[in-house]
Amino acid sequence: MEEELFTSGRNIPNIDPSLQIWHWPISVYLFLGGLAAGLLFFAALFTIIKKEKETPTTVKYAAIIASISLIIGLLALFYDLTHKIYFWRLYTTVRIESPMSWGAWVLLIITPLSILWVFSYSNEIFPKLNLKFGFLKTFQKFLAKNRMNMAYALIPLSIVLGIYTGILLSAFNARPLWNNAILGPLFLTSGLSTAAATIILVSKSHFERKLFSKIDLGLIIIELALIVHMIMGYWAGSEVQLEAMQLLVNGDFTVMFFVFVIILGLIFPAVLEIIELKGYKVPVIVPALLVLLGGLIFRFVMVEAGQITRYLY
Amino acid sequence: MRYAMVIDTKKCVGCSDCVVACQTENNVPIGYCRDWITERVEGVYPNIELELRSERCNHCENAPCVRCCPTGASHIIDGGIVLVTDNECIGCGACIESCPYDARFQHPEGYVDKCTFCHHRLEKGELPACVSVCPTKCMYFGDLENPNSEVSQLLRNRKHKTLAPEAGTKPHVYYLI
Amino acid sequence: MSTSRRKFIKISALGLGGVATAASTFNSLGVNSYLEDFALENALKKLNQTATYCEVCFWKCAAWVHSDDQGAIHKIIGNDIDPHCNGRLCPRGTGGVGMFTDTDRLKTPLIRKMVNGETTFVEASWDEALNLIASKMKGIKDTHGAESMALLKHGSPGKHFEHLFKAYGSDSIAEPAYAQCRGPRETGFGLTFGSWVGSPEPTDIRDTKCLVLIGSHIGENMHNTQVQEMSDAIDNDATIITVDPRLSTAASKSQHWLAIKPATDIALLLAWMHVLIDENLYDKAYVDKYATGFNELKEHVKDYTPEWAYGITTIKPEAIRKTARVMAAAAPSTIIHPGRHVTWYGDDTQRARAIAILNGLLGSWGRRGGFYFKEKTSISKYPHPPYPKPKWGWEQIGENYPFAEMGITNELIRASIPSEENKFPIKGWVVAGTNLNNSIPNKKLLEEAIDSLEFMVVVDTMPMEITGYADVVLPECTYLERYDDIRSATNREPSIALRMPAVQPKYDSKPAWWMAKQLGERLGLHDYFKYEDYKEVISWQLEQLGTSLEELEKIGVKKFKRKSGSMYLSEDQNYEFSTDSGKIEFYSQQLAVLGFDPIPKYTKHPEPAAGFYRLNYGRSPMHTFSRTVNNPNLNDLKSENDLWVNPKVAKILDLKKGQYVWLENQDGVQSSFPIRVRVTERIRWDSVYMVHGFGHNNKKLGRAHGKGASDTELISQVTIDPLMGGTGMRGNFVKILTENPTKTVAV
Repeated sequence: MEEELFTSGRNIPNIDPSLQIWHWPISVYLFLGGLAAGLLFFAALFTIIKKEKETPTTVKYAAIIASISLIIGLLALFYDLTHKIYFWRLYTTVRIESPMSWGAWVLLIITPLSILWVFSYSNEIFPKLNLKFGFLKTFQKFLAKNRMNMAYALIPLSIVLGIYTGILLSAFNARPLWNNAILGPLFLTSGLSTAAATIILVSKSHFERKLFSKIDLGLIIIELALIVHMIMGYWAGSEVQLEAMQLLVNGDFTVMFFVFVIILGLIFPAVLEIIELKGYKVPVIVPALLVLLGGLIFRFVMVEAGQITRYLY
Repeated sequence: MRYAMVIDTKKCVGCSDCVVACQTENNVPIGYCRDWITERVEGVYPNIELELRSERCNHCENAPCVRCCPTGASHIIDGGIVLVTDNECIGCGACIESCPYDARFQHPEGYVDKCTFCHHRLEKGELPACVSVCPTKCMYFGDLENPNSEVSQLLRNRKHKTLAPEAGTKPHVYYLI
Repeated sequence: MSTSRRKFIKISALGLGGVATAASTFNSLGVNSYLEDFALENALKKLNQTATYCEVCFWKCAAWVHSDDQGAIHKIIGNDIDPHCNGRLCPRGTGGVGMFTDTDRLKTPLIRKMVNGETTFVEASWDEALNLIASKMKGIKDTHGAESMALLKHGSPGKHFEHLFKAYGSDSIAEPAYAQCRGPRETGFGLTFGSWVGSPEPTDIRDTKCLVLIGSHIGENMHNTQVQEMSDAIDNDATIITVDPRLSTAASKSQHWLAIKPATDIALLLAWMHVLIDENLYDKAYVDKYATGFNELKEHVKDYTPEWAYGITTIKPEAIRKTARVMAAAAPSTIIHPGRHVTWYGDDTQRARAIAILNGLLGSWGRRGGFYFKEKTSISKYPHPPYPKPKWGWEQIGENYPFAEMGITNELIRASIPSEENKFPIKGWVVAGTNLNNSIPNKKLLEEAIDSLEFMVVVDTMPMEITGYADVVLPECTYLERYDDIRSATNREPSIALRMPAVQPKYDSKPAWWMAKQLGERLGLHDYFKYEDYKEVISWQLEQLGTSLEELEKIGVKKFKRKSGSMYLSEDQNYEFSTDSGKIEFYSQQLAVLGFDPIPKYTKHPEPAAGFYRLNYGRSPMHTFSRTVNNPNLNDLKSENDLWVNPKVAKILDLKKGQYVWLENQDGVQSSFPIRVRVTERIRWDSVYMVHGFGHNNKKLGRAHGKGASDTELISQVTIDPLMGGTGMRGNFVKILTENPTKTVAV
């Protein structure tokens, strides 16, 4: 029999018996960050390939959601800090080895940029809004003219935003569940897919919805492939990674993971979208909401389950 | 100068003096600890092996906690000691997540705290509190770059191990086995 | 019992005004991060160092208390030149700060009164409390005689009250440390070598080549220098042989762990004697020169072969022979450790005799690596008139036990129960510095005795269970806040240590010397307390020793040269042992004359019935019995005890790690609180094990109440040692209950 235990009553709050450092604020931020990244990516992409006329929601209205998500996400992150008055220290240094530092700087740039993007469309989104000050009107016209440049900037920024949420977790080699290279691309794909779902929800144009249904379907399939890849990685990994896999496959998180993330969040919406493409009438809202829900639950599962996995004890 | 700690598990009795001494020396709040005792039992009665270890932050050479800190609060000073500057720490928790030894914790005041190898005592030429109090004298501390230091000699002459070497952190707390 | 005056007051409604409890909690709060480095720097510069010696256990390590000008204690560090600790305190000593900061401390004197039809403790002034005690003591002296006032004590407060009692005319004094702990080994070794083992034990562990532990768990018992020296012995590649049914920490560091069946140790010891004699491995020269009774011993152990012992102890004959040869090869640097808490099965003095005889055969007494001749400096007694001679005292109370050399607590307790045959009626108690509830087994007897008393005073620092029975509770300040006697304990070299207050007493607590003096004066015993402050006594005593209070304040510890000769026997010495024959007595005439076994024999002891497991208990290095469980620093290390259960047993009973269970012993006594299960291979399948001192049921002990189970309350079966009255406590068996048994809450 093997026993390993703490002899000196170690029972540190939030550390024992398993880490309880990151909770819903982080999961929510990861979801919103991925969502915003996807939305801004699509907005920028469709602007660059000059298809903005056909996809008005994507380039205009969905971007509002992106800005709001980023702001809520930032608030959630700020709430999570335990030494809040020093948060400005994040911006006194750039630490290349720290994904969190990249994230902080990317967020610093992309959040105002997304607001500016929305602002550049303000005359179309809010036609009744009367900008009182003259310089605001000039500014808005300036932004509208430079939209292409903004789009070029947004593409790399949104990809970094989407991927870094995954790399943030995967850079922690101390948490076997997170420590695999797939998590970055997986979170990016998930972010893009939730963005596509949002666009489907919000869009009024039939063409747009059709287009994004196809995009979403493609993204879901890639995401499923990446998840399979990830699980294969655990299976072929070291003892701690096998134990981590057990949590997802045969443990506390199996139901959440398989039912809400895989089946309801990925497979079922994919099936619905295939059916719809074949011509049957399916209420568009259903697969979209399921994908969003699946994305959110996926982040929750990863954050909570990851903190249970550890190397020692 | 590369500080390291060497602990002889053959002599450690798990009395936890190192835990209390650290608490009183460093004003660690009750309910938290910077170091702790772990016990490992293997075998079937009466063929049993018992190992007692005093664990703490390993002041790793390849410290993941220093790498992932977004503000640089977590840093390494001369001698390889990993420290946290409390007024640069924002309490994001990334370093806690990144430590394979779960050696860090959130101090009630908001910043992240952990063993500091009592560097305030090292500056005065004293040993860390835990090393100086241990009744079995099973803890040794010194400079690994000095081939004649006690720690260097012990590591040369005795079998030893570190914790979770597969995590790749290059820890500098060694256990003589 | 419900109408008893001695009703245990569990929740004390203190009524008149709350007590200010603003304790300085420097140690439990972190310092503001802004100023932390700055403050720590400055604080370190301003810390005062005062000399003291620790009172958390009996080892009395000298230490320096680091405190600041605001009256807060930061840390306690060992005194480097002290031979009791060599500059390193144990966890309890280091955690002594918690004794000072604990807000659950007793704060004011309490008097049991009737308030609104209910008995409760009411806060009182010192004058009121002391006047009451003095008048009651006077009353008992006038009516029954001073002898009827008894003192049950331990440690430093006990010494001050002992002086008071002797001045008052009572010698009815006892401490649980004798009959509940080390008494049998003192008698056993006394009968053999003419000398008690004493405290600290004169075991030369740092130079030994072979250390044999019979049940001793050095490393879990934190006898400071013994643990330090065991570590030195390990460095020197000494062999450690442990005889224990449990894999103790010491056993895990042993080359030979003999996993003996409980209660069969004497058989093993006899078999070892047989092997040593049979194979001529004993120290012939030493035995010829210094021992008597060898032939009787040889005849006695003739048939006690390892094969015979195997059937009783389950230790293989090869292992018995091998370990005997190892011991002999290392002799005379072999120690068969006498142990300390040896009141196990009722034949403990005989077992101590067996251990002493083995040491004699190996020639280790008075030899390097064995037992050294200890010495202590004698401290002059502060002048006072001679004590009055009482008509009877502890000796008479313990007269049924011919070899008792100190007061037998259980006999004193029995004498407190009125009965026709009671020749030595005890009417009142002062309990100083000992929590009888956790030290005295057989709770029923204890409660019956307490109930019959006319008056009971408890002097303590914490609201321990025993305070709930008192008529008056006197709050003593901790050792960090007072002067006490100069420490002079036996060791390789004599040394003295000073205890002086590092900070002022907190709340309204006072030192025991002050209480004794105040009571003495109220009893008309001024002549015995001719000083205003105990400082004067210490100062005078130090001057007699050729030093001064000023010097001791600076150095804390002073060592003296040995006067009694070498620590070890020399070749040409003709040492005379203090026995009747002047030699080491393998055969004890004294015992034979009174009808006891002159050489130890093995007797079979009761074994657990089916479904029951022997209740074994022991120590934890983080705690001192029940004394420290509430200490915030030490409670943080270990707040409850675990029940060690063998995996085979766990499987049968379907127990999981972390599950809470209740215990019921062979007499139907149940544990008040549940205990957490630890499934471990370290314990034998016929026993369970727990650390002693938990299961506190006084609600005033905020941290300790209800945590873990109390082994003492489950010890209802007590086997009394016929030689010196020791209470054998390891003959109790428990069964494990997974459901909370419905019962009235035991008190």
